[in-house]
Amino acid sequence: MTTLFFIEHTNGQLNDQSLKAVSGAKEFGEDLHVLIAGSNIDESVTQASKIEGVSKVIHLDSSEFDNILAEKLTSAIFDMSGDYNFFASAATTTGKNVMPRLAAKLDVSQISEIVGVESADTFIRTIYAGNAIATVQSSDTKKVLTIRPTAFQASNIGDSSCEISKISPENIPTVSEFVGEELTKSDRPELTSAKTIISGGRGMQNGENFELLDKVAAKLNAAVGASRAAVDAGFVPNDYQVGQTGKVVAPELYIAVGISGAIQHLAGMKDSKIIVAINKDEEAPIFDVADYGLVADLFQVLPELESAL
Amino acid sequence: MKILVPVKRVIDPYVNIRVKSDQTGVETDNVKMSMNPFCEIAVEEAIRLKESGKADEIIAISIGNQQCQETIRTALAMGADRGIHILTDELLEPLALAKILAKVYEEEKPGLVIMGKQAIDGDNNQTGQMFAALTDLSQGTFASKIDIEGEQAVVTREVDGGLQTIKINMPAVITTDLRLNEPRYASLPNIMKAKKKPIDQKSPADFGVDISPRLTVLKVVEPPKRQAGIKVESVSELVEKLKNEAGVI
Repeated sequence: MTTLFFIEHTNGQLNDQSLKAVSGAKEFGEDLHVLIAGSNIDESVTQASKIEGVSKVIHLDSSEFDNILAEKLTSAIFDMSGDYNFFASAATTTGKNVMPRLAAKLDVSQISEIVGVESADTFIRTIYAGNAIATVQSSDTKKVLTIRPTAFQASNIGDSSCEISKISPENIPTVSEFVGEELTKSDRPELTSAKTIISGGRGMQNGENFELLDKVAAKLNAAVGASRAAVDAGFVPNDYQVGQTGKVVAPELYIAVGISGAIQHLAGMKDSKIIVAINKDEEAPIFDVADYGLVADLFQVLPELESAL
Repeated sequence: MKILVPVKRVIDPYVNIRVKSDQTGVETDNVKMSMNPFCEIAVEEAIRLKESGKADEIIAISIGNQQCQETIRTALAMGADRGIHILTDELLEPLALAKILAKVYEEEKPGLVIMGKQAIDGDNNQTGQMFAALTDLSQGTFASKIDIEGEQAVVTREVDGGLQTIKINMPAVITTDLRLNEPRYASLPNIMKAKKKPIDQKSPADFGVDISPRLTVLKVVEPPKRQAGIKVESVSELVEKLKNEAGVI
């Protein structure tokens, strides 16, 4: 049987998180097809056909999928579900929106945000905000999963293409429509793909002070993130949020500034390779996970750091 | 319009989680329990819709053991009108919960279902989407803003790159994200009043749906601990270590 992996793309580029998660899907040990959806996306379709380990690309070629709505995509995948026994996507907001709906249509359970594959029916995932790790075995004949991208290495895009099959789905439900989107504009890399991240917490005191982080980030080509406390306080938008209820990241270098280190936040960044904590409270729990801690006032440290880099 | 709000009883978010030594799960005996924070946001949003005249009745429903009545009472004290308690001592999976909710939906015919995007115990983030699938309703997940416009709901969603706005036909299922609102605390008079509000008790067997588990938890373990590193004295020492010791800049 075969795995169908839903791959995301934007502006002619395959989504980094999908490229990582697809490596997890290879571990199911089945033949691997990827599903890509949207109109006028030849560039992305070609890239998808060159992902190592993929034997077929299915292109849902319709403007109905230029913005992914769960009702429409689920219906299209359901129509081709007879050919597959595994359905997976990255655990992005799109994946999390679509895959449970598909699972219920197939009358099977869904396994969320797996971080490891033990065998074709046994998977590892975190629960309780990363405070516990569960190994779960599925008895469903069809398996639907989302895969946490940070747990896997990105798949290579090679030179040779596999077969591409175009499908124009019919009878797409019309119960929902896309109105618009407001994407956060930034010159910085995306949080989930950045090699370096600098995040601010409640200690930043206000939104304007995040400029201090921006300046350091510019020197390091880093993404800027935030703790839930900083988001709740209205300093920065929610898409900055790193943590269990925000984004899970695992960069080479994570610099936590004015972040105390609530469990909620640690769950989103503790797999980073090197963690630096800058906080004036030496008792802050963030120091328990930091490779390098600096007990100091961030308003002095950040300008110094900017000029030292 | 009637609004149905499913609420879940979970370990309080401020309690330290302890994994059982026999690896069968997480310690829940003598641990403080609370309403799942995302469910609180859902209850609050339903109350605000009622206060603004868009809804006239709010039903809080919880599926679980006898103590779930307390969670329903919390919702009633916040401002929900009545409760439904589906009594079971088994920990049901999201698919089973969605099947029961779909049956309750058929009976109650609410105009809107608002629920948390995920529970902070299993972190599944599935039940709303599954329920929407089984009832063939449209879904507005991870909502940070909800506007009811006649027969449609305009939902602003928290997505990876920012915000997305969609328009969905009602009845609909909406799942809540953190920034949708800040839930109120129940006042003492309202807590007293809530004790008189009705809670209808049922059992999963009343609905005739297959709620058998599809997953077996083989083991639950603690995550690997990260060791604390060293303290540096200055920015220059930090930069030196990052360059020469860690090699990350």
